[in-house]
Amino acid sequence: MSIEGKVALVTGASRGIGRATAYALGKMGAIVVGTATSESGAQSISEGLAEQGYKGKGYVLNVTSQESVDSVVKAITEEFSAPLIVINNAGITQDNLLMRMKEDEWDSVIDTNLKSVYRIAKATMRGMTKARWGRIVNISSVVATMGNMGQSNYAAAKAGMEGFTRAMAREVASRNITVNAVAPGFIATDMTHALPEEQHKALLTQIPLARLGQPEEIANAVAFLASEGASYITGETLQVNGGMNMR
Amino acid sequence: MSTIEERVKKIVSEQLGVKEEEITNASSFVDDLGADSLDTVELVMALEEEFETEIPDEEAEKITTVQEAIDYVVSHQ
Repeated sequence: MSIEGKVALVTGASRGIGRATAYALGKMGAIVVGTATSESGAQSISEGLAEQGYKGKGYVLNVTSQESVDSVVKAITEEFSAPLIVINNAGITQDNLLMRMKEDEWDSVIDTNLKSVYRIAKATMRGMTKARWGRIVNISSVVATMGNMGQSNYAAAKAGMEGFTRAMAREVASRNITVNAVAPGFIATDMTHALPEEQHKALLTQIPLARLGQPEEIANAVAFLASEGASYITGETLQVNGGMNMR
Repeated sequence: MSTIEERVKKIVSEQLGVKEEEITNASSFVDDLGADSLDTVELVMALEEEFETEIPDEEAEKITTVQEAIDYVVSHQ
């Protein structure tokens, strides 16, 4: 059972890891639905997919609203079919030292990065259980296991996501649905571009491969977990970080 | 047009993978028909779709046999 012709939902697909993942799945023949928070983001996803010659389109989605999630999943199901591959990639950072962190900085990161996974998994599970086939891949972070200064909210959300991944994997295994996570290290995206030069340099000394990863290098791991080749892997978190977090 | 009883039994048969002739009104989904917790959730969702109704969680918990499912649908038509 290949993923050709199956509908893959990728959140946060207008740039970075999400976009690279959308293209990797498109290359494997999936119908890719990428989401963005804005109309222009959704438009650019549609155009990007068309340029690459992949099937699919962009949708506007607010992952912090169950109503938005439900209506987008419904629209995708009506236009294409129920998404059987779901990549929970959308995420934000709101870094601050804990002593300065405001409650809304904590809440917004937990809501966007963690609760969104609950919302989307819940909205798409019906289609997967019916099909007796499904793939969920959650995009975590190396920070979930290593921790990072100024990212208590982000690390908590990502570690929470990995726990969710294991619990969910047990719940739906009997329906031939696998749930896994990919934990990227430091990848060259807008998110890491925001880091100060000094932190950037210090970072490279901790990475055995001595460079930032490319979004495509994460996308390859996600595409593998979404493929039939990964059918016996579930509840796992795959570390893709240039060796910075060997265990 | 089939009766509610027939429609309920058909759904139970499809969802739980048991033959319709093995299903009686007294059949318990878990004890007699081998349903697990996920099966019962899926079953309720299938009933919701078939009868175009929403079954609240606290009501869904009370539906443990074929007869209870039929009764629920009849009383919420």
